[in-house]
Amino acid sequence: MEIVGQLQKQYVDFINSLFREGYLDDQYVQLQKLQDDSNPEFVVEVVSIFFEDSEKLLNDLASSIQQQVVDFKKVDGYVHQFKGSSSSVGAQRVKNACVAFRNFCEEKNLDGCSRFLNLVKQEFYLVKNKLETLLRLEQQILQAGGTVPLIE
Amino acid sequence: MDSQTVKPMLVSLSNAYWKSGDGISDQFPVGLRVLVVDDDTTCLKILDSMLKKCGYEVTQKSDAESALDLLRKNKNGYDIVISDVHMPDMDGFKLLEHIGHEMDLPVIMMSADDSKDVVLKGVNHGACDYLIKPISIEALMNIWQHVVRKRKQELKEKDFEGSGISEDGEQQQKSPENFDYSSSANEANYKNLKKRKDEEDEEERDDTSTLKKPRVVWSTDLHQQFVNAVHQLGIEKAVPKKILELMNVPGLTRENVASHLQKFRLYLKRASQHQSGHNNAFMGPQEASFGPISSINGLNLHALTTTGQIPAQSLAIFQAAALGRPTTTSVPIVDQRNIFSFGTPKLTSGDDQQQPNNNIEQMNLFHRIPSSMEPKQLATLNPFAQSSGGMNMQVDSPAQMGQPQRMTQVFHDINGGSHVSCLASSVGQPNLLQVIPSGVHGPSYSSVSQPSTPPGDSFTLMSNSGLSTLTSKGMLQEEVNSEMKGSRGFVSNYVVCGGLGNSPNTIQLVNSSLADNALRIKNERLADMDFQNNPFPGQFSEEDLISALLKQPEDFGLVENEFNFDGYHPNNLPL
Repeated sequence: MEIVGQLQKQYVDFINSLFREGYLDDQYVQLQKLQDDSNPEFVVEVVSIFFEDSEKLLNDLASSIQQQVVDFKKVDGYVHQFKGSSSSVGAQRVKNACVAFRNFCEEKNLDGCSRFLNLVKQEFYLVKNKLETLLRLEQQILQAGGTVPLIE
Repeated sequence: MDSQTVKPMLVSLSNAYWKSGDGISDQFPVGLRVLVVDDDTTCLKILDSMLKKCGYEVTQKSDAESALDLLRKNKNGYDIVISDVHMPDMDGFKLLEHIGHEMDLPVIMMSADDSKDVVLKGVNHGACDYLIKPISIEALMNIWQHVVRKRKQELKEKDFEGSGISEDGEQQQKSPENFDYSSSANEANYKNLKKRKDEEDEEERDDTSTLKKPRVVWSTDLHQQFVNAVHQLGIEKAVPKKILELMNVPGLTRENVASHLQKFRLYLKRASQHQSGHNNAFMGPQEASFGPISSINGLNLHALTTTGQIPAQSLAIFQAAALGRPTTTSVPIVDQRNIFSFGTPKLTSGDDQQQPNNNIEQMNLFHRIPSSMEPKQLATLNPFAQSSGGMNMQVDSPAQMGQPQRMTQVFHDINGGSHVSCLASSVGQPNLLQVIPSGVHGPSYSSVSQPSTPPGDSFTLMSNSGLSTLTSKGMLQEEVNSEMKGSRGFVSNYVVCGGLGNSPNTIQLVNSSLADNALRIKNERLADMDFQNNPFPGQFSEEDLISALLKQPEDFGLVENEFNFDGYHPNNLPL
């Protein structure tokens, strides 16, 4: 099946580039391993939850920073949470941005926090985009009758 | 995965097995009932999937209150709880405390936060493990160990509570084991957990409840305090209550002290039993014959000496080994003896039996000192780091020891009046001294009370506590701890406290050198030894001893550079 082969190659190239560029890390592979016959849509489900929760989280973050009097502890709490969830799905760059973000929270550096909020948002949307593409490719492969190659 | 019909069976099976505390079903840990608490839905889902993949039964809760609620309604419904640290409605630590008090279930904390203070907090609040997010499935695969461990702990506590023989030793063993198994592989976690156990954190007092008693770790310091208190009161009059008062350690209970005291007394008793049998060894160092020597550190000197089998050559060799010099040299036996006592490589099997030698006497002396377990004698040697009845190293000259006295004095001098000598006790083990082969892992001890103990493995010059005491470096602590783990009974090991001025590294070298050497010497003929027939001069000066101990070449006219362990080459041994 030429199409399947092509799609698979596309998939492999793409996911490798994501690893290479640090968008995804090994945790994503762990998620893929959890997917099996009893749980065929696992990755899609988890990633969807991640996207949903993160949007909400980012909103909360934004509003917490925009307060008259910023409660840095609260901000830090959100960032910490985001760090946790992003690392759990393997969104490495998002996680790294969160780590740096927390430093500014600790320092109560509002300017730094604002900047990093933007950065974190940016990274999030980037990885969201990439993951959606990746998952779409997977779907296409499956629909074409092939299997999704598992990268180690 | 498990069908619906299979699950209930597994549940009941696991209940039955796990309740019994020791029965492990074939399917264990399949069916382990886990309660996961995390406000982050993504993580919750991932954990759920991972745990199920491990074969566990999973219940999810996204907030602490409902989790607690569930646990209260279903006290025996879960085996282990995994909870996030940061949650909006209740701090994960608070949840941890509640569970600890009310249900006494093992609780694993997890967080994306890997900072040491948070990990430490987890430990202090009683978490049995701390996982850093992102959590891998490997980390989850081994969580069942916490359930088993807790069950065992509970059983033992129940058994021994009354008799007061708490499983301190076990507790110590648990520590390293815990980390070996735990796949969380969190170094910070490890260090913090260890630190917590060693430090007798005050917060332990909070955890103390009727339901669950935190296990007391008899660290070097704590044991020393204990010993001091006992000595202050007098061994006859030392009662747990008074000891507790004197020690004044927050969080320590009378029961802890009572059980420790019991062990200590046992230790002393055995020591004195050996002592009485070995009196001659201590006396008349000049005699060619020597009394039975308690086995030391794997050296079954006792057996060897009684049979008159410890070859002078062996002694010489050991000494030489210790000294790092060829045994064929004409180094006075005295020196060697001194050294020998410290770093006696195991006199291995009785294969080496050869004629008794005066040297051995000397050896005995050294060995005896620690093994005799007489506080006084030991006191001179070194503060016992731990457990082992705190041979308080006060400089009391045991009446019966002529030689030992000298030795001890030497030690004392070496230590500059401090108790440095090398008696190190293993953590939690009733060992006087533990010479642990750094390079050799094995039952590196011989217990005084077990003359039949086969010559253990080679010595290592080292005593965790001793070294720690000496050098204030916990460097070998961990090593010793792990070694100690395997030791039993009373170990009359010597630790050559090179601590006085020597870097720990030196000691380590010595250890490994000796260890290697010991192994090498093991079955070799010592007939070549020159001093084989040398009488026991017993004339070594204190300086010699000190030098031997410290292996500081300058002072030791007799010993040359070979005393420098760094330069020790096993090849030097004329074996």
